[in-house]
Amino acid sequence: MRPLFTTVKAAAVAAALFLAPALGAGEARAQGHDVINLPDTKFTFDGPFGTFDRASAQRGFQIYKEVCSSCHSMRQLSYRHLTGIGLNAAQIAALASQFQVQDGPNDNGEMFERPARAADHFRRPFANDAAARAANNGALPPDLSVIVKAREGGADYIHALLTGYEEPPPGVTVAEGMNYNKYFPGHQIAMAAPLNTDGQVEFADGTNGTIDQMATDVTTFLSWAAEPELEQRRAMGVRMVIFLSILGGLAYAVKRKLWADLH
Amino acid sequence: MPEGLHESDVKNPVLRWVDQRLPVISMVQREYGTFPTPRNFNYFWNFGALAMISLAIMIATGVVLSMQYTANTHMAFDSVERIMRDVNYGWLLRYIHANGASMFFIVVYIHIWRNLNYGSYKTPRELLFMIGVVIFILMMATAFMGYVLPWGQMSFWGATVITNLFSAIPVVGQSIVTWLWGGFSVDNPTLNRFFSLHFLLPFVITGVVFLHIAALHITGSNNPLGIEPKGPQDTIPFHPYYTSKDSIGIVVYLLVFALLVFFAPNMLGHADNYIPANPLVTPAHIVPEWYFLPFYAILRAVPNKLGGVVLMGGALVVLFFLPWLDSSPVRSMRFRPIAKWAFLLFTANFFVLMWVGGKPAEAPYILIAQVCTAYYFAYFLVILPFLSKFERPLPLPESISRAVLSHRGGGPLPAGATAKPMEKA
Repeated sequence: MRPLFTTVKAAAVAAALFLAPALGAGEARAQGHDVINLPDTKFTFDGPFGTFDRASAQRGFQIYKEVCSSCHSMRQLSYRHLTGIGLNAAQIAALASQFQVQDGPNDNGEMFERPARAADHFRRPFANDAAARAANNGALPPDLSVIVKAREGGADYIHALLTGYEEPPPGVTVAEGMNYNKYFPGHQIAMAAPLNTDGQVEFADGTNGTIDQMATDVTTFLSWAAEPELEQRRAMGVRMVIFLSILGGLAYAVKRKLWADLH
Repeated sequence: MPEGLHESDVKNPVLRWVDQRLPVISMVQREYGTFPTPRNFNYFWNFGALAMISLAIMIATGVVLSMQYTANTHMAFDSVERIMRDVNYGWLLRYIHANGASMFFIVVYIHIWRNLNYGSYKTPRELLFMIGVVIFILMMATAFMGYVLPWGQMSFWGATVITNLFSAIPVVGQSIVTWLWGGFSVDNPTLNRFFSLHFLLPFVITGVVFLHIAALHITGSNNPLGIEPKGPQDTIPFHPYYTSKDSIGIVVYLLVFALLVFFAPNMLGHADNYIPANPLVTPAHIVPEWYFLPFYAILRAVPNKLGGVVLMGGALVVLFFLPWLDSSPVRSMRFRPIAKWAFLLFTANFFVLMWVGGKPAEAPYILIAQVCTAYYFAYFLVILPFLSKFERPLPLPESISRAVLSHRGGGPLPAGATAKPMEKA
């Protein structure tokens, strides 16, 4: 009875202690606001072995460029980072040169505009936060560099938000300049539905740009932008786990052999 | 041999020359080679070594990260993102460091649990235990300041909430807070000093860890039976027996660590900390990291600010008195039929505190936190002193070797267990 008690207790405590952080963090997270169940969108990068769909991420970048980037910055990214979604150096150079960025001061002490280079950061739509607010009815469009990591629900939340615009339910008044979104905390969001018509963005690869497809693509791009290391990280993780499992087996065998003469 | 040299057994002439003048090799051999260690450790005795490894990993990754990090309110967030994107394997270093803090606390919480369960805090190891509590408190301070450095929303607001606790001190509280901040709000001077202290404290911890180990090697380790070794038949040399046993624990630890770092690096963090700090926008709920939640729950259980701060501090300070609050001569809970249940409940209670610490401060969570806080203190201040007097412990085994070898059943004793059982304890 006694050994049983201690064994069970020890096992329970050990398990609980390893689970505790997850429990603590999970609870800490769940209490943010009224829980809105997010639909589970299927992404290619889901699960422990998922990878980014390059074509989808490239379409997503096109959507960011043509739709989102008129208000949202991605200041942590440079054009050269786009090798991560499969663009080559020539494509990136050509792409960057479409944008004018400020440089300087030159020899006369003046700032000047020049076409962007691969090493430049993504051009920001507004000079500063105050300008961004002034142009957006007082609301600040958040930077999207790590938005997928900065929101509970991650990619599922971003996809849900982009597809979650609808007429407010009866009895709900939406404030002036605000929009109803069923997945936004509090349901009133300053951003008008950014993806509002099928075919809004025309893709060179012939993909049919439904709202849902566009939302998936841009979410894939933003997920890559937030975690560009994801594929390398997971591949390294698989190797680490295999290595440690073998090492663990060896360590166990060594211990057994050494202790064999003791008991 | 010239006079004044240390007597050395080392054969290699060069190493021998060194060892005669600075007997580090003899010392390692004495303290980690032949060091007599109770033969009956279970895997809970891995966690001291694991804590040591956690500290080493945190210092190694932290020093490298600090070469790329910028402690300035305008640049800190971006410098961390730069580490994640542009520094070679910067994401790996940062995720190891961030999750390493969680691993360190998991390990240390289990280490403390083991201590409480097997009564390792009792004489002659009181000071060893108290030094350990000092390490735990230093770890909490270090972890708190480290969490501020990325300068996200939770960094900023966590720093604001925790430093503001000092304002509960009567009369001088507000002045202390201003002094801590280096200004009138959490700002650049605060970030700078937190970075400085976050870099300094791990080395202070390292120093205190050496005291912890020095004290340990005076008294020797406790063991699951909680009885002292009575002779050589009760002990085995640390190497190779416990080096090999620790190595299994280390691999399992690294496996759990790897799963976190490579597959769920942000699971234990808070999404809000990927939003740059903004003094004008307060997050809906300010929640500390998971390892602070039990103490955060105690803080919030009291409606009075000063009372909450005192209780939260008291929850740690009470540990310093534990060796005298629990005066039962029996160490291991295995032989304490009532105390073991009280301790099991204490363990569960700690998890409930952790859970409730992450909930908003409203009904029914406040009441739950209050009940759990009451039990936390009752365990130390009422139950253990009471049981010390009135509990009838089960009979203790005669010796460690008797208890260990009796499990084997019949058959002759194998070579390693040669030493005869002692006649009488």
